[in-house]
This record gives sequence, C-alpha cells and structure tokens, in this order.
Amino acid sequence: MNIGALINGLPGAVAQGLIWGIIAVGIYITYKILDIADLTVDGSLCTGGAVCIMMLLAGYGNTVSLIAALVAGMLTGVVTGFLNTAMGIPAILAGILTQLGLYSINLKIMENRANQPINANNYDLLVSLRNIKNVPFFENTIFIVMAITVVIVLLLYWFFGTEFGCTLRASGSNEAMCRAQGINVNLNRVVGLTISNGLVALAGGLLAQYQGFADVNMGRGAIVIGLAAVVIGDAIFGRLFNNFAFNLVAVSLGSIIYYLVLQVVIWRGLDAQMLKLLSAIIVAIFLAIPYVKNQYFKSVRNPKHHAEKGVKFNA
Amino acid sequence: MLEIRNVCKTFNPGTINEKVALDDLSLKLEEGDFVTVIGGNGAGKSTMLNAIAGVWKPDSGQILIDGIDVTKMPEHKRAKFLGRVFQDPMLGTAAKMQIEENLALAMRRGKIRSLKWFITKEERISYRQKLAALGLGLEDRLKTKIGLLSGGQRQALTLLMASLKTPKLLLLDEHTAALDPKTAAKVLEITDKIVKENKLTTLMITHNMNNAIAYGNRLIMLSEGKIILDIKGEEKQHLTVESLLAKFYEASGDSFADDSALLG
Ligand SMILES: Nc1ncnc2c1ncn2[C@@H]1O[C@H](COP(=O)(O)OP(=O)(O)O)[C@@H](O)[C@H]1O
Ligand SMILES: [Mg+2]
Repeated sequence: MNIGALINGLPGAVAQGLIWGIIAVGIYITYKILDIADLTVDGSLCTGGAVCIMMLLAGYGNTVSLIAALVAGMLTGVVTGFLNTAMGIPAILAGILTQLGLYSINLKIMENRANQPINANNYDLLVSLRNIKNVPFFENTIFIVMAITVVIVLLLYWFFGTEFGCTLRASGSNEAMCRAQGINVNLNRVVGLTISNGLVALAGGLLAQYQGFADVNMGRGAIVIGLAAVVIGDAIFGRLFNNFAFNLVAVSLGSIIYYLVLQVVIWRGLDAQMLKLLSAIIVAIFLAIPYVKNQYFKSVRNPKHHAEKGVKFNA
Repeated sequence: MLEIRNVCKTFNPGTINEKVALDDLSLKLEEGDFVTVIGGNGAGKSTMLNAIAGVWKPDSGQILIDGIDVTKMPEHKRAKFLGRVFQDPMLGTAAKMQIEENLALAMRRGKIRSLKWFITKEERISYRQKLAALGLGLEDRLKTKIGLLSGGQRQALTLLMASLKTPKLLLLDEHTAALDPKTAAKVLEITDKIVKENKLTTLMITHNMNNAIAYGNRLIMLSEGKIILDIKGEEKQHLTVESLLAKFYEASGDSFADDSALLG
C-alpha cells in the first residue's frame, strides 16, 4: 500500500468522476427537478456507449458519433415518457420496462456481442484512459470532459431559466398548481426524461471511449452511482450555492468526490466485488437522512416545519 | 358566462363505492356574478368546481365558458379561462420556487411558454406593486422560496396568481377553511377586493354561512349533487341566517335535518 500507487490513480479517478458527473447531472434533472426516479438510465447509458463505439468502428467521426449517442439516449427518454404519460404506467415501472427492453436493443446495436472494444491506436478518440497524463492539456481527457461539462451546465442553466424551462421546474414542485396555471405536466415530463437520458447516453459514449470498450452491463447500477453523486454534492455544497448552475457544478463535484473516495477505498485493499454494495449503502443512508431527521429528531425550532404547519401571517 | 348543462358524474361506477356526486346538475352564471356555494360534506361542491376546471370529464352533460364548449378540453388548456384557489394552501403555489417565479408562471397562463428568458425587469416592478397591495410585506421578498411562507401568505399569493392574468371565471374551493379565523378573514377581505377590482365572475365555496350571506350577489346550496336552493337579487341582499335556514328546511322537506348537513 504505497502512497505512490494512490497518487498515480487520482487523475483517472477525476476523469471518471467527471464523466459520471454528466450522468449525475442527467439524473439530477429527473430526480431533483421533475421529482421522479427514472431507471431508464441503467439502459440508456449503455445505449450511448454502444452507439458511439459502433459508429466510430464504422468510420464516423467523433462528433457525429457522440451526437448519435445523445440522440439515441433522448429517444429512450421519449419511450419512458410515453409509457408514463400516455400509457399511465408509473414512472419507476416505465423506466424499468425501457431499461429491460434496451438490454436487447443494446446487444443488437453491438451486433450481438456483449462487449465491443475499440483500439485507441487505430481510432481518433476524444477521451481515453491514456490521455490523462503526459499529454498537452487540450488533449487531456480531464480538460476535455471539464469543458464539455461547463458547456452542458451553461446550456441547462439557460434552458431552465426560460419561460418553458421554468415550467419544468414547477412540474416537479407542484403538479396541481401547474395544471391550474395551464402547464402541460405530461409534456414536461417527457421533455425532462428526454434531456436527462440524452445527457446520460452522451456520457455513456464518453465513458465507452474512455475505457476503450462498450459493454452491455456498463450501465448496471448507474442510477445509484448518479444518485450518490447528487446526494454527496448536495450534502457538501448544497448550503454554499443557491444558484442553479452551481447546483449542477456541485453534482459534478459530488461525482468526482465519489470516485476519489472509491479510489482510496480500493487502495486500502477493499474487495472490488463489494463496491456496488458499498455504493448502495452510501446512497441509502443519504436518502434516509432527511426522513429520519424529520421522524425521530423533529425540532420545535425548525422554521420550515413551522412554515408548513403555520397558518398565520408572518409566522 | 358559465353554463353547466345537465352534468352527471358518478365515482367508482359499478362498485360498492359507487357514488353519484353530480346528479343532472345545471347552472348558468351571468357576467360579473359572485356566487357563494354552500352545502353539506360530500354534497358535490368540489366535484362541481372540478368539473368546470376539467380535472376529469363528466359522464354526461356539457360545460360552456363564454359560449365555448370546454367539456372535452383538458385541464391545462382550460386553465386559460380560469383562476383557481384550493382548500389546501400547499396546492396553489410551487414550494420549491421563488415568489416572483410563481407569479411569473401565473402571468403566462394561457400563453405559449417560449424560450425567452423568464422574468423581465418591468414584470418585477409590477409584481412588487401588486404584492404591496396585499399588505403582507411580501413586496421585498420576491426571491423568497414559497415553502418558507405561511399558509395564509400562500393562499393570498394564490389569489393574486389566479387574478394576475384576468380569468373569465374565478373558482374558490373553501380557500379559507384551512386558515385560523383571523387569517381567514384577511384572505376573504383580499378576495373581495380582487373580485371587485377586476369585476371577476366568481364561484366561491364556503363552509361559513355568514360569509356565504355577506359576500356575492347570489347563493346556491347543493345537496346530493343537485342545486336545492338558488337565491339571487333582492332576496340575496336581504338574506339572514334565519331566513336561509328556513329556506333550507323548506327545500329539503326535512325540518329536523341537522345543521352539519348544511354547514359541512
Ligand atoms: N376523486 C374521487 N373519487 C371518488 N369519490 C369522490 C372523488 N371526489 C369526490 N368523491 C365523492 O363524491 C362526493 C362529493 O364530493 P365533493 O364534491 O368533494 O363534496 P364537497 O361538497 O364536500 O366538496 C363525496 O361522496 C366524495 O366522497
Ligand atoms: Mg369540498
């Protein structure tokens, strides 16, 4: 257990954390803004990876391949949105159905193989495991993913600040109010799921390039890792930032922290097979905190509690 | 203005929980009418308002607003005609959003929501004035999250939101019932002011007979999904609790009907 090995692993952890940060931002849109747990992501992440790698292998350029991954992911979001809003299937179940269906589709995209490698020597990859050290900074994966993240955050900041974008935030906050104000909650849900899964698939494309292969199981548990990033970011930076763009940055930072912690845990010699269990426990604890606080440690001085119960002016 | 033609609604048809909530109900409002609605618990008052708002489609009958048949129009499309305030103060506003964002959402009711940046400077100035007129000290708290406000403040805001974009019809469903008496009186006062200033056609459900008598130019009473009393004009002006009770006993043909059936 020499410290050198740990330090050596850190840039990789940051790069992975950044890529997963984009996934987490996608999950933030459904989980935090629309208030639905969308399990489509476990499938759409791989869809993005598979589409990107197969396009690259077929000779398409990086930009086209990544855009194709984004669009494919958006389509998966449309499907879940359709099942949920037009067919009346609960959001969680709609996501699971799409995810399961995608398993077959992803295999078909990868021409019936569970794993499709891509050789970084023969293809011009945007991001790669090999480009995190000893390369000019503009070729450095960390820099590139950071730049992509900034662009995504700015675009989302703009979108959710528009007349239409604001109705999406309202939909997640209070549906009855939205309908009374003439907002089409169903449409908004489909739009939110579309954007979210588009981002997840785009990140899937980046992740596949980074690790050098697309794998049919690469999205397994993505929702949990994404949620971990969201809750860690919220716990650490939630009080610091009161601005939507910074909230998204916090999610990305949460993801980086998650991967750094993971790196340390692996370095300390934890059995890698236990990682998913560990992630699940971490997320379960973080998700439980607000509830447990409310149920068992209800404080009389809690101003929010007052506001919700209070019926007096200026209480 | 509003016309309800023979609307029927049965919940859970064909089950043991079958409940006829609206029984061939018809009602016609004139422009500028302020109608108070009373009736016992489960009389169908909320169901009537929900039918108008389009929460679901009636089993039969028609609903017209300003001559337009809205019977098949989904709730969010119908919203352009309607201002609504609910009994639960939590329902009318989005807790996670700021005061000004809630107002701006309401300001665009019935309009296409574009990709323009949300709140303009001029808007903010007008919101400040309108909030000041509520007299609740909210004019300096445009950026405050709604979740931090009290029930009374939220209900007053919902009223303001319902009237920001002048609706053809204002629907109030026991909107003061969840408030303490003092706050309820204040919210009612704001209601009356907003209705008068904008000359709004209004349907106000209330569980308080005195309020039903004091406000509006017409009073209707529902029982078992039907209108059993309809008092307007001169008669409404001179209405007292005693005369209303007398009319109720006469209409229901049950001189010992308990008061809870009346007051809800
Ligand atoms: N969504 C619903 N599903 C089933 N029953 C309902 C529903 N809404 C109202 N009802 C029933 O219809 C009847 C009328 O309810 P409502 O209109 O809410 O009465 P109120 O006059 O007290 O507002 C009640 O018996 C109620 O239980
Ligand atoms: Mg009711």
